[in-house]
Amino acid sequence: MIGSPDVVALTKEDDFGDSFTDPCSLPEEFSVPLFAHAANANPWTKTSYAKFSKDFILVSEFSEQVGPQPLITIPNDPKVCGTFDLNYFSLRIMSVDYQASFVGHPPGSNYPKLNFVEDSKVVLGDSKEGAFAYVHHLTLYDLEARGFVRPFCLAYISADERKIMHQFQELSSEFSKASEFLKSGNRKAFANELEKKLKDLEYTRLVLHKETELQKMNNGCYSTQAIEKANELANVEKSIYEHKDLLRQITSYPSRKKKDVDFIQQETEKPADMSVIDDTLNSHHSDIADKTVETESKSRKSSYTPQLIKAKSAKCFDKRLKTMEELCDASFFHQTLEQLNIIEKSFRGDLCLIYTSQIDRALLSKQSVTSFLFEAERDWEYGGTSKNFSISSNNPTVPILNLSGEPLSLDSYTTCIDVDHIKPGVESMEGPPESSTSDITQETSEAADTETKGSFSSDKSIEAFGGVSPSSLQANYFDGLERKSKVSIASPSENASSSVAVPQRTSDGNLVPMDAACCIGQDGFIFEEPLPELAQECCGDTVVNQEPLSFLQGDPALQVDYTFEESALAESPNMGLTFSELNTEEVAKINIEDVSDSTSFMSASTSSDRAVSLFTYGSALTLKQKKKAGHSALRFIRQYPFAQQAIFCLLSGRTLVILGVDEGTVRKLVNALFIFVPNLGKYGETVQPWLSSPFQLTDLQRWKLIGLQRAASPAGSSILHSLNRYSRYISILDCDNKTLRCPPYKGTLVSHLADHRTQIKRGSTYFLHVQGMLTQLTAKAFLYTFCHHIHLPMDINDQGSVTSRRTNFLLQLSYTVEESKIVHYLSELIKQHYIQGSSKGGNQSFCFNYTTSYLYKI
Amino acid sequence: MLRWILGGREAQGTVEKSAALFIGEEQPKNCFTEMQVLKGHFDIVRFLVQIDDLRFASAGDDGLVLIWNVETGDCLIELRGHTQQITAMISYTFIRGGNAHTALITASSDRTLSLWDPDSGNRVQNISDLQSPVKCLLVLVCLDVWLSGGNELCVWNRDFELQCKTVHHSDAGISAMVELPKNFIAAAMDKEIVIFKLNLSGSDIAVMAMRHLADHQDTIHSLIHINDGLFASGSHIGELIIWDSVDWTIQAYEHILWEEPARDGQSEFKLNHQKQIERSIQHMSSDGEYIVAAIGSGLYVYNVLMKSVVAYRRIAHDSNVLHTVLQQDGRLMSCSEDGSVRMWELQDLPLPAEPASSGFFGMFGTFGRSSKQTGPPAKKIPEVPGLRSLELIGDLIGHSGAVQVRFKEKGLVTCSTDHLLIIWKDGEFQSQLRSLAVFQKLEENQEL
Repeated sequence: MIGSPDVVALTKEDDFGDSFTDPCSLPEEFSVPLFAHAANANPWTKTSYAKFSKDFILVSEFSEQVGPQPLITIPNDPKVCGTFDLNYFSLRIMSVDYQASFVGHPPGSNYPKLNFVEDSKVVLGDSKEGAFAYVHHLTLYDLEARGFVRPFCLAYISADERKIMHQFQELSSEFSKASEFLKSGNRKAFANELEKKLKDLEYTRLVLHKETELQKMNNGCYSTQAIEKANELANVEKSIYEHKDLLRQITSYPSRKKKDVDFIQQETEKPADMSVIDDTLNSHHSDIADKTVETESKSRKSSYTPQLIKAKSAKCFDKRLKTMEELCDASFFHQTLEQLNIIEKSFRGDLCLIYTSQIDRALLSKQSVTSFLFEAERDWEYGGTSKNFSISSNNPTVPILNLSGEPLSLDSYTTCIDVDHIKPGVESMEGPPESSTSDITQETSEAADTETKGSFSSDKSIEAFGGVSPSSLQANYFDGLERKSKVSIASPSENASSSVAVPQRTSDGNLVPMDAACCIGQDGFIFEEPLPELAQECCGDTVVNQEPLSFLQGDPALQVDYTFEESALAESPNMGLTFSELNTEEVAKINIEDVSDSTSFMSASTSSDRAVSLFTYGSALTLKQKKKAGHSALRFIRQYPFAQQAIFCLLSGRTLVILGVDEGTVRKLVNALFIFVPNLGKYGETVQPWLSSPFQLTDLQRWKLIGLQRAASPAGSSILHSLNRYSRYISILDCDNKTLRCPPYKGTLVSHLADHRTQIKRGSTYFLHVQGMLTQLTAKAFLYTFCHHIHLPMDINDQGSVTSRRTNFLLQLSYTVEESKIVHYLSELIKQHYIQGSSKGGNQSFCFNYTTSYLYKI
Repeated sequence: MLRWILGGREAQGTVEKSAALFIGEEQPKNCFTEMQVLKGHFDIVRFLVQIDDLRFASAGDDGLVLIWNVETGDCLIELRGHTQQITAMISYTFIRGGNAHTALITASSDRTLSLWDPDSGNRVQNISDLQSPVKCLLVLVCLDVWLSGGNELCVWNRDFELQCKTVHHSDAGISAMVELPKNFIAAAMDKEIVIFKLNLSGSDIAVMAMRHLADHQDTIHSLIHINDGLFASGSHIGELIIWDSVDWTIQAYEHILWEEPARDGQSEFKLNHQKQIERSIQHMSSDGEYIVAAIGSGLYVYNVLMKSVVAYRRIAHDSNVLHTVLQQDGRLMSCSEDGSVRMWELQDLPLPAEPASSGFFGMFGTFGRSSKQTGPPAKKIPEVPGLRSLELIGDLIGHSGAVQVRFKEKGLVTCSTDHLLIIWKDGEFQSQLRSLAVFQKLEENQEL
C-alpha cells in the first residue's frame, strides 16, 4: 500500500554543530563541502544506487480517479529516469501531502469555501530507490473536481540527498515561482469556468422559472410538479449563490499577491522572450488581474451560449478530468514549464558546483564597486537567488517552529509577506479570531499525525535526516509565538512525533519551520525580494525582509565579512557526495567550442566568471560568447606580435579602431578583443563591432572598441579624414596591412596577460586566465581608488603633493608608467561608477593622454 | 608712432626645419586631458557667456540659448523664443532684494531683445519690432543701464524701458562698444570710433555723440578695453591703435604688415595662400598690460606700457585666428577657423637678438602628417630689446571654428561651427576632485 515517505526535516545548520573547521588555510567563505575521503576512495564513482542517471523534475497529480500519477518529467527524456519507477515515486511523494484543505462545506458555513491553501514544501528520501526529493505540493482549483481541488506536486528528484538538503531554500524559492505561475493561471481559468457555470445556472433558472409559472397556471400552486419545479428552482438559486460566492472569493484574491507574481515574472523573464512577456503581461500585468478576468468574461458573455444544466452536477468517475494545461491558462502553463526547465538547468550537476557558483555569486554581489569592470552584470539575471544566498549566509537563524501553520503574527504577515488567504475566507473562518483557527489546525494535524504514525511503522526504509530536537524547537517556538499562545498549546508533542517540520527561513533570519502536516493558509515563506515599498512598510514588524547588507556597510576598504554557514556539512551523517554526473570521461570530452548543454554544469565550477546564467538567453553577452572570444583572443595573440600594445590601449581606455575592408575579419578581431574592454556593459554597449560611417568625437565617449569599414567611396575618405583628425585619441589597428598605430607599452603586466608563447591551448582556459589577471588588476585599482592618504590633500593648495603621492603609490605597486595609466583609468571608472551609481546616465567625460603613437608592423 | 614692418627685407635666417609649430603628441604642459562633448545646438554656436561659477550659456544661429553646468556637462535649461539667429548675448547682474541676480540679455536677427532668468528659464522681458537688429550689447553696471548697438545706440534701464537713443547713424551701424570713464562710451562704426556721452539729469538719461575719431583707414573689427586709461581698436588692414580713455588721443599706432616674403629667394617654400596674406585684426584681448591681437592666421603680443611688441608669430594657425584669450600666467590661447585651439607660452629668447631663434617661423604642420606644410621662411627679427618668443605648448583638437571662454579651475569651454560645445578639463585635477567626491560619499553613507 501507500508507504510513508521518508519525510525529512531540514534543520537549521547550526544544529549540526559548528565543528567544521577546514585544516587548510582556505578562508571559510570559500569552502565548499569536502569530499569524505574515508567513505569512498574514488570520488568519481557513484555512491548512489539510484536507478536514474541524473536529477530530474517530476510533476505528479493525486488524481481522484486513478490515484497518484506522474504527469511530466523534466527533462522529458525516458533515459533520464531509467528504470526508476515514476508511478511508485509519485505515490510516495503525493502521500506526503498532509495539507487538509477545507474545501466544500466547512463547519459553521453553509456554502463552499475556497481555501487558498499554501504550498507545502517537504524533503523526502527513499533509501531503497536511492532517490531523494524536494517535494512542492500545491492545489489547483477545478470546478468539476471533488471539493473543487486537484492536488499536484512538483518534485525535484536527485540521488544526492545532501544536494536537496542544502539547496532546500533555493529549490523552495524557485519552485515557489513555478507554483505561483500555475496558481495564478489556475485562478484565472477557474474564474472563467465559474463565470460560464453561472451563465448556465442563470439560464437554467430562467427556464425553470418560466416552467414553474406555466405549471402554476396550469395545475395550481401546490401540484407535485409545481413543488418539484420550485424545489429545483430553489436548488438552482442556491447553486447560483454558491457559485457567485466562489467567484467572489477567487476574484477577490489579494491583489498584492498578484503584484508579487508580476514581480517574479519580470525578474525571471529575459529580454529575448519579449513575446512571452507580452503575452503574459497582456493578460496579467495589469495589476488587478481580476479586472482582466472580468473584462474578458464580459467579452465572453457575448460569445458564450448558456446551456440548460442540472442543478446538481454529477460527480462521476468516468468523466474526463481537465489536464493541467486546461486547469491553468496555457501561457501560464508554458511559463511554468519554462521555469521548471530553468530550475532543472540551474541545479544540474554536483552539489560542489552549485555551491561554488553560489559562493561566486554571493561574493560577486558584494563587489558591486568593481564588478562592473570586467564581470558580466547579472543582477537582473539571478534576481532573488543570489540574494537569498547572501541572506542565508549572513544572518544567523533562529528556528521557530510554527506548528499551527498560522502565521506568527497575522498582522506582520499581512503587511510584509504574501498571505495567500483570501480575505473573506479568513474572516469568516476566524470568526472568533484565534480559537477557531487553532481548533481547525489541531484537527488536521491530528489527522495527519495518525496517518504518519501508521506509515512510519509500515515502512522500514524510513530515514530521518537530521532530526530536530523537539525541545529546542519548542523553546524557540514559544518565543516566537508569544502572541499566539493559544494556538500552540497542543502542537509540539505532535510535531515531535511526526517530525515533518521543514524549517523555512524568513529573510530577517528567523527560521520558521513549516509544518507540512498542517500548513493551512500560510504562505509566509517567501524568498523573493519584497517589493521595496513593502519592505519599508514592514520595518517595524517582527518579520522583516531585509536587503542583504552591502559589503560597504561593513567595511569599504576590505571586502570581507563573508560568513557562510557551512558547518552543517561537517556534521551531516552522510558525507559521501554522489558525483552522479561528473566523471572523468565527461570532463575529457569537453571541447573548446562547445561548452553547451551537455557540459554546462562543468562551466559553473571551472569558470571564475560566474556567468553561467541559466536565466539568460540571447541579448546580453553570455559566457559562451566570452569563451569563444577567449579562443579568438588566443589566436590574435599568437598571430599579431603587437597584441600587447592593442590590449594595453583597451585597458588604458584609449579607443581602438579596427580598420578593414572585410567585415568578417574586422568582426573577428573585435570578438577577439572585447574581453579586454573594461566596463563592457551588459550588452557590450562600449563596443561597436562594425561601423561604416565616419565616427564623431562623441562616439569616442561611447565606444572603446570600434570596427570600422575601409571603403574607397567618398564616405571612405571622410572616414579616413576623421581617423586622421582624431588620431590623438585613438589607436588604429589596420587589419588589411597588419599594422597598429598606438602609443608604446613597456611593462610586464600585459605580457603576462597576452603572451604569444603561452602554453594555454584552449579558448576557455585562456579566457579564465584573462579573467584572473583582470581580477587582480581590478583589485589593485580598487586599492588605489580607496586609499585615503594618497588622494586627500594635506591642505587646500596641495594639488601637487597628491599627484606625486599617487604616482609613488603606483610605482610602489611596481607598475610602469604605462601600467599606471591602466590602473588610473580603471580607478577613474570605479570612481565614476561609485559616484553616479550603476546608472550610466549623463554625459560621460572622456579622458585621454598626450602621447606619441608609433606604427607597429608584423 | 611706431610703424612695424614685419617681413623679409633680408634673406638672412634660412629656413629652419623647426618643429616649433608641429607640437606632436607629447604635450607635457597641456593639462587638458579630459573632454566632454556637449550636444544640443542645431547650428553654429557663436556665443558663450558665463553666468556664475557653475553655469554658462551658449547661443548661436539656431536661436536657442542653452544653459549648461560646467562640472557635469548637463544641459540645465533650454531658452526658446528667438526665431532667428542670435546676434549678441551678455550677462546682466543686478541687485534685487539685496541679492545679486544674474540674467541674460540676448539679441536676435528677428529684431527682438529678451531678458532671461537662467534659474527658471522664463523670458522675463521681451522687446520686439526693433528698427534694426542689435549687433552688440553693453551693460553699464554703475548706472544700472544697458546699451544696445545696431544702426542706432539705445539706452535701456533694468525694466527694459527705452531711456533714450541716438539718431540713425549709418548702414554700417555699431559693431562694438566699450565703456569709458565718466559715462562715456566708445562705439566702433565702420572706420570710425564715435565717443558718446550719457548725460544724467535726475532720472532721465540722454545720449549724445561727442566726437568722431577717424584715424583708421579701414573697418574696425575689434574694440577692447585695456585698463582704466586705455582702450584699443584694430582694423581690417592691421592698424592697431591704442587710445587714451579720457581725452581720446592716440597713444600708440601700430600698422602690422605681414608682408609677403617676395625677395627672400625661398619662394619655392611658399604656399599659395600666403600671397593674399590676411592682416585683418579679427580679435584682441588684453589683461591690462599686454594686448594679444589675432591678425590673419598669426598672433601679435603688444606691451601697452612699454609701447612695444613683445612677441609675434606670423603663422600660428592654418587659417584665420578668430579668438584669443590672454591668461594670467603669461600663456595665451588662440582659436582658429581650422578647428584647433592652441596654447602658447611667452618665453624669453635665449639670445634676444639671435636671428637663429627665428626658427619659430619655420616649418610647421598640423598634427596630421598629411597636412604638414612648409611655413614661410624666417624673417628678420627686429632689433627690439625684450622680444620674446611665443612657444606652442599644446593644442586641443576637437572641432572646427572655435570660439572660447575660460573658466577658472572648472575647465575651458569651446564652441564651434560644428554645432558642438566641448568642455576641456584638467584630467589630473578632475581625478582628484572625483576622489574627494568618492570619499565624501563614503562618509555620507557611513561606509568609511
